Amino acid sequence: MSEAVKKNRRKYGVMSFAQTVHYRLPLAGIVSILHRISGMLMFLLLPFVLYLMDKSLTSEISFEYFKGYVSHPLVKLAILGLVWAYLHHFSAGIRHLLMDLHMGLDKDSGRKSSVAVFAVSLPLTLLVALKLFGAF
Amino acid sequence: MANNHIGPKRLVVGAHYGMRDWLAQRITAVVMALYTVILLLAFLTGNTSSYETWAGLFSNQWFKIATFVTFLSLFYHAWVGMRDVWMDYVTVSVGLRLVFQVATILWLIGCAGWAAQIIWRM
Repeated sequence: MSEAVKKNRRKYGVMSFAQTVHYRLPLAGIVSILHRISGMLMFLLLPFVLYLMDKSLTSEISFEYFKGYVSHPLVKLAILGLVWAYLHHFSAGIRHLLMDLHMGLDKDSGRKSSVAVFAVSLPLTLLVALKLFGAF
Repeated sequence: MANNHIGPKRLVVGAHYGMRDWLAQRITAVVMALYTVILLLAFLTGNTSSYETWAGLFSNQWFKIATFVTFLSLFYHAWVGMRDVWMDYVTVSVGLRLVFQVATILWLIGCAGWAAQIIWRM
């Protein structure tokens, strides 16, 4: 490519983080970005999940250690975070799969299905939170 | 194989791994959803409450295989997803993006090894 052509080309990158804060997303957009965030969270916490699985399965002694470990409030909080991420990613993922089958593609049903995603993921997360922190 | 390099049906663009990964991400998602149902059934029938029943579940060869297949699906799914994220946000340098992508692959392969060890040590 010649130098003259290169010079006139302006480089467009992604918007900066400061810009994203001022950007008002529709509900479907919030579901979408949370789908990403929850996916990345689960990716980063994979070793934590494998550690829990390892401890719970190795032996009866490690199972007892596991029970003690998961009774720690901070560990419970991490598990709750993972549970939310899983529930959100799961329900938003089902929404994606339905859209891939050309269901609910218009703006109005897109918003309705976003409401449905939160209506499934948030109450279930709350239920798990109550169970984890011993409300029942 | 038909010659795709000439004539009206010739392949003009791309390596076409985009379509393959897109489809793989959906199929692996369905695999994980099915495994979730199995795990949920085990939980609701009380097969996860004590060490005996929990480890007993993992003593079945079919459950080991189902768990391993689900983990592999998860790693492929996570690779496609993380690759999308790096391609979308790490735009300043191709080299930096490559570093993130390689780190993602190494991270997932490490996790795969650990998962295999947990499942077949039982």
